Amino acid sequence: MSKAQAIEALIKAIGKENVITEHEELVCYSFDATADMPSQLPDVVVTPRSTDDVVEIMKVANQYKMPVYPRGSGTNLCGDTIPLKGGIVLRTQKMNKIIEIDADNLVAVVQPGVVINDLNTAVAPFGLIYPPDPGTVATATMGGSVSECSGGLRGLKYGVTKHYVMGLEVVMVDGTVASFGGKTVKNVTAYDMVKLFTGAEGTLGIITEITVKLIPAPEAKKSMLAVFNKLEDAGNTVTEIVRSKVIPATMEIMDQVTIRTVENFAKVGLPTDAEAVLLIEVDGIPEVVEREAATVVKVVEKNNGNIKVAKDDKERDGLWAARRAALPALAQMKPTTVLEDATVPRSRLTDMLVALQNIAKKYDLMIGTFGHAGDGNLHPTILTDERNTEEMKRVHQAVDEIFKTALELGGTISGEHGIGMAKAKYLPMEFGEQGVEIMRKIKRALDPENLLNPGKMMG
Amino acid sequence: MAVYDNIKGIEEEIIKCMKCGNCQAVCPVYKETLSESGVARGKIQLAAKILKGEAKYTPELYKKFDLCLQCQACSANCPCGVKAHKIIMAARAELARQNMLPFAKKAAFNILKKPGLFDFGLRLGSTFQGLAFRKNASGMSPRFPIGLEMRRVVPALADKPLRSELPEVNKAPNSRKKVAFFTGCVTNYIYTSVGKAVVDVLNHNGVDVIIPKEQHCCGAPAIINGDIETGKAMAKSHVDIFSKYDVDAIITVCGTCGGTFEQKYVELLADDPVYEAKARAVARKIRDISEYLVDDLKVNFAKLGSVPISFTYHEPCHIGRGMGLTRQPLEMLTKIPGITYKPMKQPNRCCGGAGSFSLTNYDVSYQILKKKMADIQGTNTNVVVTGCGSCRMQLEDGLAQEKMPHKVMHVIEVVQMAYQNAKEKPAATANKEQTKASQKSGKTKKAS
Ligand SMILES: Cc1cc2nc3c(=O)[nH]c(=O)nc-3n(C[C@H](O)[C@H](O)[C@H](O)COP(=O)(O)OP(=O)(O)OC[C@H]3O[C@@H](n4cnc5c(N)ncnc54)[C@H](O)[C@@H]3O)c2cc1C
Ligand code: SF4
Ligand code: SF4
Repeated sequence: MSKAQAIEALIKAIGKENVITEHEELVCYSFDATADMPSQLPDVVVTPRSTDDVVEIMKVANQYKMPVYPRGSGTNLCGDTIPLKGGIVLRTQKMNKIIEIDADNLVAVVQPGVVINDLNTAVAPFGLIYPPDPGTVATATMGGSVSECSGGLRGLKYGVTKHYVMGLEVVMVDGTVASFGGKTVKNVTAYDMVKLFTGAEGTLGIITEITVKLIPAPEAKKSMLAVFNKLEDAGNTVTEIVRSKVIPATMEIMDQVTIRTVENFAKVGLPTDAEAVLLIEVDGIPEVVEREAATVVKVVEKNNGNIKVAKDDKERDGLWAARRAALPALAQMKPTTVLEDATVPRSRLTDMLVALQNIAKKYDLMIGTFGHAGDGNLHPTILTDERNTEEMKRVHQAVDEIFKTALELGGTISGEHGIGMAKAKYLPMEFGEQGVEIMRKIKRALDPENLLNPGKMMG
Repeated sequence: MAVYDNIKGIEEEIIKCMKCGNCQAVCPVYKETLSESGVARGKIQLAAKILKGEAKYTPELYKKFDLCLQCQACSANCPCGVKAHKIIMAARAELARQNMLPFAKKAAFNILKKPGLFDFGLRLGSTFQGLAFRKNASGMSPRFPIGLEMRRVVPALADKPLRSELPEVNKAPNSRKKVAFFTGCVTNYIYTSVGKAVVDVLNHNGVDVIIPKEQHCCGAPAIINGDIETGKAMAKSHVDIFSKYDVDAIITVCGTCGGTFEQKYVELLADDPVYEAKARAVARKIRDISEYLVDDLKVNFAKLGSVPISFTYHEPCHIGRGMGLTRQPLEMLTKIPGITYKPMKQPNRCCGGAGSFSLTNYDVSYQILKKKMADIQGTNTNVVVTGCGSCRMQLEDGLAQEKMPHKVMHVIEVVQMAYQNAKEKPAATANKEQTKASQKSGKTKKAS
């Protein structure tokens, strides 16, 4: 059975206009946002418009044994949408309807191709928000972010994507459709399948409908920028704020390399001689916000920091623009940006930051680190040039050491970007062979022929 | 290496792209097609293939690069500072060198190179308007260099082109400055009132306006489509023409023309031992009319007559992102007495016109235009002000098709109204006094 026949079958199933085989188009689906990855052309790209279309596609894929790679906006950072073994890229862009906003139950039901920001715009008139906010809120899809279990800047107080996914409709590899979870806050009916598919990186099934939790938008916010001459002081501040019973919505850190680059890029008035800055935002009821902000100021000053409280929305936007610019600004420095998301318990933050500085020195690399200090999720960002093979060797050694260090400190190799191709080989380091084997058994049970996003995670 | 002479000239820009996909959030084409080949990220990866010598020069490849408005939204919002629109242009140039330009476009550019012939063709079109339109509808002969044959609602050509109506030298009553005026095709052949407004307002301010007779099309349609050879010929010709005049500034009334003189000519002639310096000298003098009135003359618009209209503003891509003039047009308009400005939600979102784009990709173009129309509709105004003739054509097309009552005006026409309304009060001497008043206010801007 040939590929050409499979493509014919796809055209018959979902219509010619939804099946792309033109070479120039295929090139555009051969990569994603991940650096230092091989690219691979798919054989065909399909654009389903409904769950039924997805079912039909899976039937064809199953019949012709063609691998299927679900794809949202292709902004993931672990090589997760690269069609490594050829086959079918299934893109969800045209399944982009917001099906329901149910303000009484604080939920929304969406198709997977909806862009995160579009959901937020739609629920705003109800005074509600969908909190998960990866740096790509304006581009990433709900399906992609559920499948990566994306985090973002508000993880400490609001959690991450998995804390908001209440129900999923999934098309399995053989075309079976199943629904798990729903609109109720409480639901212990059998296995928590919703959690299993959340963060599964498209390796277990195709998500076709998502029910998410919404929360009331906080009434007030206060952003602050704390500057430290010593890294340790910043680290201590983070732990002490939490010890003082204040849980900021955001507590972001940038190291010196990042500060300098961001300032150069965005000109927001960051002090370029500081060793670290923390961007802290508390939100909630106005009186509580005031009280918490006062506590933050006290803790920062006690730890030798210099703090500035944003007076108005404009200043707040400036501070936030700086943080949002961190990765892009670093990326401007050198052609290739290798971005990791090793994560440690909050109390080990300083240890990790110091270790990263040493690793940069040891391998003679430029590493800028920023990230979500409040939840211990750091983004050491190695700036390099993939055309320089000698340097790339050192980059790979440094990455190995970063993961080893994170695990030694009681952390994990990925806080929010996922495993994909980029980190697959490190899984045994975290779970041991036996742990990986248990996961492999789950994968085999649901996708015995490894047709769903092969080459990623355990596949 | 000049960026458009060889795809290698753009390598560093291509490498800089981190493939983050942020451009998806702002690309008007992507918003319609939702396909990766529509957005800069996809196109840049295709350009990378050309760079590596791995691309096949197919009509499909040509189409991918053709499907771009050159609106520069991607470049303006790229976190890595990638000049994505330039990469796309460089790829178009490479494709043109590989003989991928469709025949019709190539033929049109060849005509452009001969200003006399071009002029002749357009006058002929003007006289036989109705006939020419019918011919155009069947795609037989493009009426305009960038071709308008597929448009459904097209503005009428002026009875007489601007440059044959106005003298070459337009002296001001109290002359104190001298500028040259590059009219651009749309102003010369369609919206001649815009050109007259420029002369009128500048004369009022004591500025002599020279309209060099030899000028022709700036060449943007050729350059944007990758016909670099034609583009260079047009660039050299205009650099020669405008170098001849000892003027304070060269005025433009269209962002695309202005940007072509200010940036593209310099880029195109960058390696030319004779023309590089000359092109730079011309480029330094380029001023959009809004920029010249606000920044150079420092006109006190608050002292002008009242213009009691309620307007919304569409920022042309090449005025805002292209020439960086986001402040000047509005600063000038909003200071005029009696006027009310009601911003649309996304004033700087492309209208979808983009020259030949609206011909070769009319469906996508019209979908983009419809978004603009909805945005205008939401403003509760009856005038749309803009600063570019080709945006105006596109907007008028949309307004007519959507049956909206709005009138489109060029920025300078509104300013001219303000001058006229001031004049009407103290009859005879108004003209002179007005000139004096604005001269004075020009020098003592802070006092106002
Ligand atoms: C500049 C930048 C900043 C970023 N910042 C953050 C950040 O702060 N936090 C964070 O967590 N991430 C971040 N990311 C990573 C990325 O944006 C997120 O993982 C995002 O949620 C991916 O969404 P997407 O639509 O692009 O998914 P894609 O990249 O298209 O896909 C991601 C995964 O989901 C799978 N998938 C997609 N749709 C479906 C479906 N319907 N069913 C099953 N599987 C599916 C794919 O197969 C793939 O495995 C960042 C990335 C970039 C480039
Ligand atoms: S052009 Fe800029 S915004 Fe677009 S993918 Fe490349 S780096 Fe990102
Ligand atoms: S110039 Fe405009 S249309 Fe072209 S790729 Fe960039 S954003 Fe899209």
